[in-house]
Amino acid sequence: MTGKHEAADVEQVDQELNLDTVEIAAKTPDEVQPYAELGLRDDEYAKIREILGRRPTGSELAMYSIMWSEHCSYKSSKVHLRKFGEKNPTNTRMLAGIGENAGVVAITDELAVTFKVESHNHPSYIEPHQGAATGVGGIVRDILAMGARPIAVMDTLRFGDAEHPDTKRVLPGVVSGISFYGNCLGLPNIGGEVVFDASYQGNPLVNALSVGVLPASRLQNKAASGVGNVVVLLGQKTGKDGIGGVSVLASATFEDDATDNRPSVQVGDPFVEKLLIESCLEMYDAGLVVGIQDLGGAGLTCALSETAAAAELGMYVDLERVPLRDATMEPHEVLASESQERMLLIVNPSKVEDVLAVAEKWGVLATAIGTVTAASPEGGGGRLIINWHGQTVVDCPPGSLADDGPVYHRPIKEPNDRALIAADRAETLPRPSTDAELRETVLKMAATPNLADKTWITEQYDDMVGGNTALSMPDDAGVLRLDGTGAVDPNIGPLGIALSTDGNGRFARLDPYTGAQLAIAEAYRNVAVTGATPIAASDCLNFGSPEDPHVMWQFAQAVEGLADACAQLGVPITGGNVSFYNQTGMTAIHPTPVVAVLGVLDDVRRRVPMGFANDGDVIILLGETFAELSGSEWAWSQHGHLGGIPPAVDLAGEMALAAVMKRAAEVEHVSAAHDLSDGGLAQALVESVLKHGVGARVKLPDHADPFVWLFAESTARAVVCLPRGHEVAFGALCDEHGVPWTPLGIVDSTVGGLEIVDHFQIPTGELREASEGTLPRLFG
Amino acid sequence: MTARIGVVTFPGSLDDRDAQRAVRLAGATPVPLWHGETALRGVDAVILPGGFSYGDYLRGGAIARFAPVMETLIDAAKGGLPVLGICNGFQILCESHLLPGVLTRNAHMRFRRRSQRLRVENSATAFTSHFDPGQEIVIPVKNGEGRYVADEHTLDELEGEGRVVFRYLDGNPSGALRDIAGVTNAAGNVVGLMPHPEHAVEALTGASLDGLGMFTSVIAHLGQTAAAGS
Repeated sequence: MTGKHEAADVEQVDQELNLDTVEIAAKTPDEVQPYAELGLRDDEYAKIREILGRRPTGSELAMYSIMWSEHCSYKSSKVHLRKFGEKNPTNTRMLAGIGENAGVVAITDELAVTFKVESHNHPSYIEPHQGAATGVGGIVRDILAMGARPIAVMDTLRFGDAEHPDTKRVLPGVVSGISFYGNCLGLPNIGGEVVFDASYQGNPLVNALSVGVLPASRLQNKAASGVGNVVVLLGQKTGKDGIGGVSVLASATFEDDATDNRPSVQVGDPFVEKLLIESCLEMYDAGLVVGIQDLGGAGLTCALSETAAAAELGMYVDLERVPLRDATMEPHEVLASESQERMLLIVNPSKVEDVLAVAEKWGVLATAIGTVTAASPEGGGGRLIINWHGQTVVDCPPGSLADDGPVYHRPIKEPNDRALIAADRAETLPRPSTDAELRETVLKMAATPNLADKTWITEQYDDMVGGNTALSMPDDAGVLRLDGTGAVDPNIGPLGIALSTDGNGRFARLDPYTGAQLAIAEAYRNVAVTGATPIAASDCLNFGSPEDPHVMWQFAQAVEGLADACAQLGVPITGGNVSFYNQTGMTAIHPTPVVAVLGVLDDVRRRVPMGFANDGDVIILLGETFAELSGSEWAWSQHGHLGGIPPAVDLAGEMALAAVMKRAAEVEHVSAAHDLSDGGLAQALVESVLKHGVGARVKLPDHADPFVWLFAESTARAVVCLPRGHEVAFGALCDEHGVPWTPLGIVDSTVGGLEIVDHFQIPTGELREASEGTLPRLFG
Repeated sequence: MTARIGVVTFPGSLDDRDAQRAVRLAGATPVPLWHGETALRGVDAVILPGGFSYGDYLRGGAIARFAPVMETLIDAAKGGLPVLGICNGFQILCESHLLPGVLTRNAHMRFRRRSQRLRVENSATAFTSHFDPGQEIVIPVKNGEGRYVADEHTLDELEGEGRVVFRYLDGNPSGALRDIAGVTNAAGNVVGLMPHPEHAVEALTGASLDGLGMFTSVIAHLGQTAAAGS
């Protein structure tokens, strides 16, 4: 099966009579080409002709149309994304950053972690199961390509209205796809988010994250360096699945007949991906590969051009050597196919036999398809030359595909309804006034699809495979032990990492600059409350059409806000992904910047879980509560209201909170902690009670407005539990860092639920029924 | 001399490293075994770990039973070698006819993962001697094809001979017949179960430490066998 070159003795097939070669292209300059249908503008087509000095062949036209699409070229976002580079805090931990397959950060001198979040939104709407499954597969290969063993996945999901019939099609499919692929791959799913909002009805968001760990010395790169090195394709055979996935799906807005796009969705096989992981890791450890790149969007087109461009060399490929699932495929289809579970390896000729042997051991197909060639004497890198049965169908500079795509300065326009939206404040909405109404509101909120228990979804994910999961959903962050660290000295625990993904489309809709900052603030806080120190971030920016100046304004604002927040928090963006065209007709989704924050724990045994567990523990609220209700879950779920100004961002407060939590975890002041976000204090208390079914007696301060204290969504807050006797030392620690703290009550199982003293009491059973009944009722 | 316990890796095995870790924590030496080799490398017992061997195409375990390692393992098991099948390993033992019955798709058709209470129905097997009869333990369960099915006659026979080793309490996660979570062969040296004892061996990562008992049980069993043989 594996990659001995077969002599090119294949019969010249009929289709080659129609083969558009470089030779023919040079002779037929006036041939009309369907560049507009492929998404290229007139000036872009003219630019291609200028680069080539002739018209492109059919294969070349396909390659340029894909590589110059929004998805691959970031042509609308590029000018804005530069802000991350300009504003990123200097960080000595960063080993690889934006532009690589995934960012890599050093944890110790020897050990590094790589992580990234990426969207697979459009395919997941068309075919939810496969779309979501291949989203997981794609991000895992990005992590693998950096030299890392993938160790976990997470997912950030946005669906339409929970009651809408189509949500009942999309959600179960997306969840089963993530479950099927991640579970079969043996990667624990350790967290994520699920949010429902009608703005995502025709455009659900599926953002998948993967994290991996590597010895720093094993870091890989994608450059196809070393003239004479062999180009090896590893993994699945190439089929017609996913052709045009990039240009047709990711770079255009859905029309009504979206199901017509179904053949463009890729089909995944996690078993092959698992074998791909094991064989690549074995090759890395044996030092068999010079360069490596995963095949994702744009398939071979992207992998060949990017690896060659990164080395500033050329590449020669005999395309007919690519193992095909369908013998009738034409060269442009082979180049565009997004068949899953494939990697491109650059291998020294002396190591090719070894590479083929490792592939054979794992039963993975490996085929030598080309060689690295020299740079042109006149400079500017080499040529990418692709032959098909001896005839040249592509001859172009690889950098023109990979790096020299168009850059747009899209028009930006601030929406003129901003003042109106800001004035439409939720703080003026009718509030529950009696204790009975407050009690009822707590229960109604706990039962809303956004706040309700997510076990129906998360029980479909394996969160423990690998045996290193120290925290997972519904904890605030996923926490993993880094296996093999700190095992010798019992006083030095193994290292751990914490990860959280967050985003709030409603806040970003009200104010994209603030919304993006609130997204990173929440992810940062979720990581911090486990006792971890946040060190890096990755982002997935989900927006509507960049051709809409209002959307571009949202995008520019969000990037600016995120970059500013990163600078202040000292947490760099290490990489990410932009997803545009998330809209149906003229209606865009809420702008949804999603941020993943990575933290480290010096001793993972000290990680702080969520939930009331021990009778007598003292409950303390950290941070300050203001009457901030605009954009809140209360305003939306109880009034269908979205207006006003989102909660104030307090990054200094977040950093102080993180410093307190880190120290408190180290000296074991705290037995549990939970961040306050959607649904405010009320929801945090409900979740803390339900975690172990242990109740609590809570007394709000005398001056407090109970409604505001229970439901406001002010930031930089958390609820913590202290074992008795730690109050004084912990209070001093808070004072030292300037973190306001308010004693709220005690953990007490005799309460049998949640008691807000002088106001109301709710038995655990009633809370559980409200929280746990919603998703099963909706989804079966 | 510590016991040497083999853990077989098939293509698609996922909990193999976790099983090795559990063996090590219990005090034995884990020995990796490869599906493509018939050699058992002189191990004293074997674990078939969880995962999706060969992608579980066809049916869980249906292809793995034809792996070269299974040729020798089936004979060795019939000769008394302690063999534990966890999840996919249980499926493989059933497909190999070392254990009766079969694991089918969960009744609700979804993958399900949760902490599961179990009752130890038989504490006389090679893997359960450290439990008390009737002891209730918590072990996580996670599978999509975990519904134990056999004909009525076989089920009656299993019950009559005390070969149901574990039974689900507080709700059956898969629709398994008679709440069966694990069974043994007549000799008590081959045990298969759907829950994952290797994921309940450390306070850091597990909901309990109850899984450790299965690994210490087999180490004790091997000690006794060695003593009896010397």
